[in-house]
Amino acid sequence: MEGLFSLEAWEKVWTFRSTFLLGLLNSGRMALFALLLSLVLGIIFGLMATSSKKILRGISRVYVELIQNTPLVLQLCFLYYALAFSGNSMGIIATGTISLGVYHGAYMSEVVRAGIGSIPKGQFEAADSQGFNYIGKMYYVILPQSIKIILPPMANQVVNLIKNTSCLYIIGGADLISVTYSFVTGATTGGAYAPAYLVSGLLFFIVCFPLSTLASTWENSLKKRESRTVETQNTLAEGMVAKQ
Amino acid sequence: MIRMENVNKFFGDLHVLKNLNLEVAEGEKLVIIGPSGSGKSTAIRCMNFLEVPTSGSVYINGEKLTSKNRTKVVRDSISMVFQQFNLYPHMTVLKNLTLAPMKLHKKSKKDAEELAYHYLDIVGLREKAHVYPSTLSGGQQQRIAIARALCAQTKIILFDEPTSALDPETIQEVLDVMIKLAKENITMVVVTHEMGFARQVADRIVFMEDGQIIEEGEPEHFFTSAENDRVKQFLSKIIR
Repeated sequence: MEGLFSLEAWEKVWTFRSTFLLGLLNSGRMALFALLLSLVLGIIFGLMATSSKKILRGISRVYVELIQNTPLVLQLCFLYYALAFSGNSMGIIATGTISLGVYHGAYMSEVVRAGIGSIPKGQFEAADSQGFNYIGKMYYVILPQSIKIILPPMANQVVNLIKNTSCLYIIGGADLISVTYSFVTGATTGGAYAPAYLVSGLLFFIVCFPLSTLASTWENSLKKRESRTVETQNTLAEGMVAKQ
Repeated sequence: MIRMENVNKFFGDLHVLKNLNLEVAEGEKLVIIGPSGSGKSTAIRCMNFLEVPTSGSVYINGEKLTSKNRTKVVRDSISMVFQQFNLYPHMTVLKNLTLAPMKLHKKSKKDAEELAYHYLDIVGLREKAHVYPSTLSGGQQQRIAIARALCAQTKIILFDEPTSALDPETIQEVLDVMIKLAKENITMVVVTHEMGFARQVADRIVFMEDGQIIEEGEPEHFFTSAENDRVKQFLSKIIR
């Protein structure tokens, strides 16, 4: 027990510091590409969810529900082992990137849907009445207004995405958690459990904390702005009800 | 200019427009009145396909409106002013006015701004060009919305209860702008409860109830010798 935080254990971690940094780099790189994928999927399926076409809304719904109601680890294993068994393995990093991207894409899609849904109907109608097509309406009128609402929860999703790279451990990935695990169980490096996981946790924290702080700062400034405009919103809502 | 033929509109089981036939001539000022729930807002919203009729046809300049051509027909021919103004809150007044001219009517920034200032002068709000809509009163916002509609330079402008969401003291400033417009050769269709305005400006008044037109005529006829009992009853209540 006393060896848990022994100088020797700390030294071991320090000697192999580049291993941890490499793990962080792998996690970061994977998170970055997964983020891009999830943004693309989130925007596409989020827009589909707000479409007037039932079939598009349906497809988006199925995607979101399927992904949100099954564990990420399962999706990861499914993609990795199913492909491996069919002889088309594409490597752990690629599998991780796609799984994470698809998983968080579903959450991003909900964020986008909620952001667009929070824009008053009158804004859509004003753009329609001026003769904007769908793309023009979204690009000039709707999305610039919903981006402020979308950004804070999106930043939270980025934090979750970075932390979820740890799920790659299940398929023996090269991410930070997997690297840490190999380190503490390794024949030559093993034993330094406490310092290794502390360092690994610290690395996660250093990356994630600024992001979640940014998210809550955004959220607070948005709330402040909302309370300032709540009066106009109320009169708007009354008007909508009064309108036949 | 506008022709509605046998237009029916259902919201679920609710039959809102019942075989509506209505024609508006070029340059005509048509005022639609009637109790709430009579379908007058739905009728005007069918004219630019904000509501798509369940059956029947709408013609603009002889061209039949479809879901396919609506964007182009609306862009070229019809503007709308809403009860809730619906200005774009993330843009300054000037941007609100120049967005469609620049992006849809392919005007240069300089031309679009010249146009915007011209119409800001007409609604008397030139000094508000660089503020955001949320800093304006309801009456000012609606005047800006009218200027925005004018910037599209369409021959038809639809007004859907333009003064219903306004404080009593700002209603007149909006009506004054509309009265000024009525002198131009613009086709105006106005859903309103402002009977004084209707009497002063309308070439023709249509009274709707229960999704149908039950009386129509020139203002004088309408206010002095309406034949339908329901219309008389409505007018006696609304004109004090």
